[in-house]
Amino acid sequence: MSGPSSYKPQSAAAKWFDDRLPIARLVHDSFIAFPTPRNLNYLWTFGGILTFFLVAQIVTGVILAMHYVPNETMAFDSVQHIKRDVNYGWLIQPLHAVGASFFFLAVYLHIFRGIYYGSYKAPREVLWILGVFIFLAMMATGFLGYTLPWGQMSFWGATVITNLFSSLDGVIPGLGTAIVTWLWGGFSVGNATLNRFFSLHYLLPFVIFGLVILHVWALHVAGQNNPTGLDIKQDSDAVPMSPYAVSKDVFAMVAFLIPFAYFVFFMPDWLGHADNYIEANPLSTPPHIVPEWYFLPFYAILRAIPSKLGGVVAMVSAILILLVIPWLDTSRVRSCKYRPIFKWCFWAFVFTCLALGYLGAMPAEQPYIFWAQVFTFLYFAFFLIAMPIVGIIETPSRLPRSITESVLGKNGGGSSLPAGAASAPEKR
Amino acid sequence: MTIDVDDSKRRDFLVLAGNAFAAVGGAAVLWPFVQQMNPDASALAMASIEVDLSAIKPGQAVTVMWRGKPVFIRYRTPEEIKAAQDVNVADLRDQSCRNDALPETMPATDADRVKKGKENWLVLVGICTHLGCIPKGQSIADNRGDFGGYFCPCHGSHYDTSGRIRKGPAPRNLEVPEYSFITDTKIKIG
Repeated sequence: MSGPSSYKPQSAAAKWFDDRLPIARLVHDSFIAFPTPRNLNYLWTFGGILTFFLVAQIVTGVILAMHYVPNETMAFDSVQHIKRDVNYGWLIQPLHAVGASFFFLAVYLHIFRGIYYGSYKAPREVLWILGVFIFLAMMATGFLGYTLPWGQMSFWGATVITNLFSSLDGVIPGLGTAIVTWLWGGFSVGNATLNRFFSLHYLLPFVIFGLVILHVWALHVAGQNNPTGLDIKQDSDAVPMSPYAVSKDVFAMVAFLIPFAYFVFFMPDWLGHADNYIEANPLSTPPHIVPEWYFLPFYAILRAIPSKLGGVVAMVSAILILLVIPWLDTSRVRSCKYRPIFKWCFWAFVFTCLALGYLGAMPAEQPYIFWAQVFTFLYFAFFLIAMPIVGIIETPSRLPRSITESVLGKNGGGSSLPAGAASAPEKR
Repeated sequence: MTIDVDDSKRRDFLVLAGNAFAAVGGAAVLWPFVQQMNPDASALAMASIEVDLSAIKPGQAVTVMWRGKPVFIRYRTPEEIKAAQDVNVADLRDQSCRNDALPETMPATDADRVKKGKENWLVLVGICTHLGCIPKGQSIADNRGDFGGYFCPCHGSHYDTSGRIRKGPAPRNLEVPEYSFITDTKIKIG
């Protein structure tokens, strides 16, 4: 937070309320007057986009829950009932399904922005960790939601992922099986599983909402990072959040909603799997089980390791390692803009993630397994080798003296006219 | 830099037009989320049923389910019909025919509560207009009240052989649903 509150109640009623519950003051200080770095680029709009999508998913989800039946004999048909009979169900269901995909697209862009610009580094470690928790909760919510239509992919994806816990039998005999049975509520994925997955799928988004509140709070303590990685040191480094950052956020949100709308209206099932239009059959496993696209990199890591427990440990570690990157990275410079070697490592990491995503969709055969192992190694190497070592050995590029200097140039901040624009006044 | 009047009028217009557009856009977004709670196509499809009357004998009554509600279908005897037609409508508590096929202002004559040429068939929604219980009178052994029609055991409403309220707390005559004869022995309700 920067300085005392500049909120002034505009009416006697507003002052009365402010004395009792200063919520208008909080909104003013956090989202209207809040000093935002003047050099933020569009990668900083994804926080707002993510909040919008969380609310959109909750609204469409609550409405779907008015018509969906979480019972194994009726679930699949109830989804068809929504698409065909419910007023505007043809719109609301794809908004939710495609919304989940775009929610993850936005979160990956948001995370990669954080890695590139060093937004995880001090003093934003807790902000980053809260973000990882949100990501984990999102993944759980997405997994649970995908089981609900009770198609073939829903059922078998649920079977595969819950069976991951049986790998714990290798640690303590019987523990894994006990946990899996407990999750299932039976001897296999069935009605008991579906019912509880529906309940948890309804619950977790509100947990995410609470985590998001903490996340935004932690953000506002330190203030936003920015492309230079420098702190705000003077007034000219920042602009008030409203109208500048707010209008940028709204514009970006609209731009992001355009491809979203294209998928919703013209190809709502393209990101999904055709096999999920087949009702769940416990006696027939589909030839090609894959999760939704946003889980594919982790799925590739899971399958790359030949050992059952090893694969599970690798997959879970691939996510949990994110928690410790504030301490893995030894660089004193935040932003990759000024880190010539690490920038290269970052882009290699992006390529690694995309490659793992592709490999996750491929069958579990050679040569895909070999390449999945290569890229799994490279994935962990980014965190465990590149981050600690490159920070020590690289020479950062020269940093600008301030955010203002990075925007206005060395002579900037002096005259209000850009160089060369001076013109003589009319002589008529 | 001074803002002259033209610029501020232009700005006012833009702000007003922008807000109006946002309001219309907001309503357009909100509408599907409101409308989805209205009855869906499957509920609307159950809105009509067909009933075969050929097995019903004079003096016999049958109850069918329509839109989640019981519908009384009675093959009235000539005595029941005459009793209904002889009632002085001006004496009735509820003057309206309560026939969904007719305006509310039409009088509660027996003729306006049955179909012409098919006066022996009485079709009523079997829900007491007081607080919603199902009146007795369909079964042979039922108490049919003081007027030989229907009797609601919950609070003692008496209906006559045309289903009109005669005694007791109910305010209105039993509702006559929209129905039509698609053949001589089959009706479509709703």
